[in-house]
Amino acid sequence: MLELKGICFSAEDESREVEILNDINLIIDDRFVAVTGPNGSGKSTLAKIIAGILKPTAGQILLDGVDITNLSITERANMGISFAFQQPVRFKGITVKELLSIAAGKDTTITEICGMLSEVGLCARDYVNREVNASLSGGELKRIEIAMIMARKTKVSIFDEPEAGIDLWSFQNLIRVFEKMHEETKGSILIISHQERILNIADRIILLSDGQIKKVGSKEEVMPELLGCGQPCKTLADKL
Amino acid sequence: MDAIQQNLLEQVAGLHEIPAGAYNIRANGQMAGRNTTANIDIITKEDKSGIDIRIKADTKAESVHIPVVLSQSGLKESVYNDFFVGENADVTIIAGCGIHNGGASTSEHSGIHRFFVDRNAKVRYVEKHYGAGDGNGERIMNPTTEIHLAEGAFLEMETVQIKGIDSTRRVTNAEVAEGASLVIREKIMTHGNQYAETDFTVEMNGDDSSVNLVSRSVAKECSEQLFKSRIIGNGKCHGHSECDAIIMDQASVSAIPELTANNIDANLIHEAAIGKIAGEQLMKLMTLGLTEKEAEEQIVNGFLK
Repeated sequence: MLELKGICFSAEDESREVEILNDINLIIDDRFVAVTGPNGSGKSTLAKIIAGILKPTAGQILLDGVDITNLSITERANMGISFAFQQPVRFKGITVKELLSIAAGKDTTITEICGMLSEVGLCARDYVNREVNASLSGGELKRIEIAMIMARKTKVSIFDEPEAGIDLWSFQNLIRVFEKMHEETKGSILIISHQERILNIADRIILLSDGQIKKVGSKEEVMPELLGCGQPCKTLADKL
Repeated sequence: MDAIQQNLLEQVAGLHEIPAGAYNIRANGQMAGRNTTANIDIITKEDKSGIDIRIKADTKAESVHIPVVLSQSGLKESVYNDFFVGENADVTIIAGCGIHNGGASTSEHSGIHRFFVDRNAKVRYVEKHYGAGDGNGERIMNPTTEIHLAEGAFLEMETVQIKGIDSTRRVTNAEVAEGASLVIREKIMTHGNQYAETDFTVEMNGDDSSVNLVSRSVAKECSEQLFKSRIIGNGKCHGHSECDAIIMDQASVSAIPELTANNIDANLIHEAAIGKIAGEQLMKLMTLGLTEKEAEEQIVNGFLK
């Protein structure tokens, strides 16, 4: 169970303090939790604070009752937090197999790699020895990023816009990947997304707006609020 | 050969035992073993220190090992090795130099390798440089490589210096004739107060000739590196050079690329990038459970692989 207590985060912008998150209180112990909200609402910042990439300016983070607020990225990773970046990172010279082995925490066999890659719709034969460099497309990288999180099998897995750059065909597979991950780990999967189809599978949706939790609830409860965020122009509002 | 020399031999040539095919092993300035084959002859030079390696035309799938090891502190030597590769031959040449300096005086090896590659021959040339030993004496290596490629010839050179060489100046000069191509891959890692300089000059003299020169290096601690490359296109040719360096700690790296086109159809490209390890790369590996130091090692190892 992941618990956030009074999390605040502010950053400096031209010598002016900008508040990005303000008093976030959350308990995450469900299967699928979706975090949604307009651009700039603080979704990615929240994910980075949980993973330890950013330190909150105030508040506490607890994992299964243990205070992890001051722990490093590595310590949190080893305690069971995984984080799939919105923009996956490229590495010159490191192969897909090596990266998946690091993620799995052991030397993996070709058969294991094959299993991981086919889950995300990639054929192992074409990818296993490929370098994770600029020769891979954004969509391919994104799938490898997801495969890495699957390989880790942790109790908390965070995905920052996993659907971005993935074609529609694989969308259904992506959802299947989340379901399979939950079956294996029995943990919580936190997904930052704007995609209605991802919101559809969430047990709970958290709506962030201007750094605050605007609403927590089912899709039916949250959607009207989501559409109320910001002021859409009349033409667009009519279409919706 | 003693254990120190055997270890050096393993580091530079991957040799655990006597290699198959032709070889010439040089230890502390003396010949420590030689074998020739029906197609590959090795002859000691009479006017200076070194050997001539003569590979007959049409020799296929044979290899030549010519490792050099130095374990005597204070030894300084210059060795001249000439390779004559006959038409249509297809061979692998493995050179390399290992210095173990356990004493206080400077050990220095300068290898001057010249390649005369005849028409349509193919050569894969691998050289590794390695230094070890806990003495205060410096380990210096200054390899010079001269490459002459005749029409349609191909040479691929892999040069690696990962550890232990205090100072190196590596000079490579090549001329490439019509339809011939040259590929050079260089990998260097320096640390401590080491200095490494590489200086490539390639002249493409014929149509449809090409060169691809790729250098990857990592400079750690207070080490310094200088990369110079000069590519000259005198015909309808294709030249590409790439210098990619990771800089760490208080190190310093300079890259000076130069391209000269003397023909309207010469197509020449240079890419150079020097920078520290990207923060997001470290972070990604840390979210996979590695410490910052382990992440750094993974990134450097992958980069130089």
